[in-house]
Amino acid sequence: MRKFDTKVQHLKYKVLREVARLAWDDKLLENILDIPEIIVPGKEATMRCCVYKERAIISERVKVAIGGDKNNPNIIEVIEIACDECPVGGYEVTNACRGCLAHRCEDVCKFGAISFDRDHVAHIDKSKCKECGACAKVCPFSAIVGRKRPCQNACKVKAISMNEDKSARIDNDKCIQCGACVYQCPFGAIVDKSFIVNAIDILKKSERNTRGGSYKVYAIVAPSISSQFSYAKLGQVVTGLKRLGFHDVIEAALGADMVALEEAKELSEKGLLTSSCCPAFVRYIKTAFPNLVEHISHNMSPMAVLAKYIKDTTPNSKVIFIGPCTAKKAEAQLDEVKPYVDTVLTFEELQALFDSRDLDLSSLEEGVLDNASYFGRIFARSGGLTDAAAQAMKEQDIDFEIKPVVCDGIEACRMALLKLNKGVLDGNFIEGMACIGGCIGGAGCLTHGEKNKSDVDKYGREALEKTIGDAVSLLK
Amino acid sequence: MIKITVCIGSSCHIKGSRQVVEQLQHLIAANGLGEKVELGGTFCMGKCQLGVCVTVNDTFHSVTPDGVKEFFENEILSKV
Repeated sequence: MRKFDTKVQHLKYKVLREVARLAWDDKLLENILDIPEIIVPGKEATMRCCVYKERAIISERVKVAIGGDKNNPNIIEVIEIACDECPVGGYEVTNACRGCLAHRCEDVCKFGAISFDRDHVAHIDKSKCKECGACAKVCPFSAIVGRKRPCQNACKVKAISMNEDKSARIDNDKCIQCGACVYQCPFGAIVDKSFIVNAIDILKKSERNTRGGSYKVYAIVAPSISSQFSYAKLGQVVTGLKRLGFHDVIEAALGADMVALEEAKELSEKGLLTSSCCPAFVRYIKTAFPNLVEHISHNMSPMAVLAKYIKDTTPNSKVIFIGPCTAKKAEAQLDEVKPYVDTVLTFEELQALFDSRDLDLSSLEEGVLDNASYFGRIFARSGGLTDAAAQAMKEQDIDFEIKPVVCDGIEACRMALLKLNKGVLDGNFIEGMACIGGCIGGAGCLTHGEKNKSDVDKYGREALEKTIGDAVSLLK
Repeated sequence: MIKITVCIGSSCHIKGSRQVVEQLQHLIAANGLGEKVELGGTFCMGKCQLGVCVTVNDTFHSVTPDGVKEFFENEILSKV
């Protein structure tokens, strides 16, 4: 069965797997330079112009797989030599150009990029064009169109532009680390930094893997896991995690249950709230709508709340969050979250981790995963958080009419925030998720598809606890 | 102060740790021991076969939802 959506993901996975294999054996330092040739053997190029460029790019991928550029605070990095500088993109004259007399396009272009052929039809010289878009705006026939690069198109916060040499550049002040560009770049030139080596180091020195190890490692898994690893049963994934050295596997959905109760209270007290579960959405408000920051829920995310609970109740514990999200990697580095979450892995990275130990999930016995309620589990998809907040109102006898505005994808979030900013929002609770469909659309998912939402709902219905109160009663 | 810790990991959860916690909460309140007994949760204690796993001041006990009352009388009431 297919493990990934694209070959780009598969290539990234192979690099992560090789890095992980060496890290388990303490041979990373010794053999790291061998990885490019393991992944690109022989003399025939299959991806780029020659095997040497392919290997050079793999070397860069290895760097990102072991943590990336330490001087760049952003989780998302551009591998410049992998960027194809997409020549197909940019402004182009279509056959709607009628070869008119006015030549507004030529007059408005400050860079002298526009010329005309014998039929008076306009042409754009790509080497001169700066992609300002002025010609497209003035053409009375709308004959000039701007074809954006896949990365720029994916980036709805407009953080991606071009360097002088036309490679992609990320504006760290605008970037919300959602990973949309990572998933969309057809050349795999934009990548999320991996902390898989840190995770292996934590696991290796823990009680389960080292005699005399002084701590236990807990995996907090995001509920979207129910739509992933579809070639195995969820219980087998749990067993696989324990084989890697995790002491216990706990659902982030339990954290979601905890958050839902608090968020419902907070909403009824403040009367207006924006959700705080999605770190990319929170960062988007902070960077693009700083005057709305006061409305962000003060609750930490389900990941952070649950990690705090584990650290508070279990001395000598370490926590690794596993989810679909690149922005969670950035969240885990925030001062208020850092003490509780030791590192973050994506599902892509977890697949590499399993395979680096040659664990065949489908042949393992089934473990159990059962901590949370239906409502905590459906946080993984758009609308779930709102359902949970409404349920939490009911369970706590809070008399407050919740008027939700459910947004998935940054464009929808932006519309709602613009309305809130102008005071014309028809609602009192914005559920904001940066990814389309919610967390199941996350960049760190192995696969994305229509079925994912129904998988999450099904997993929700399988919860032993039907109410939020039942799920968290154990925690008090 | 007696500290009772109940495992709320997945395995014990399925074996009924919630019922154990709820009965203990009820028994503690009914006996007016709120000041003397502290009830808390923790994740996996590593003895899943013996679940529901419960510790009383770090001494391990295996408790089933049906045996909570007996456990409470023997291990808690006799010690306060």
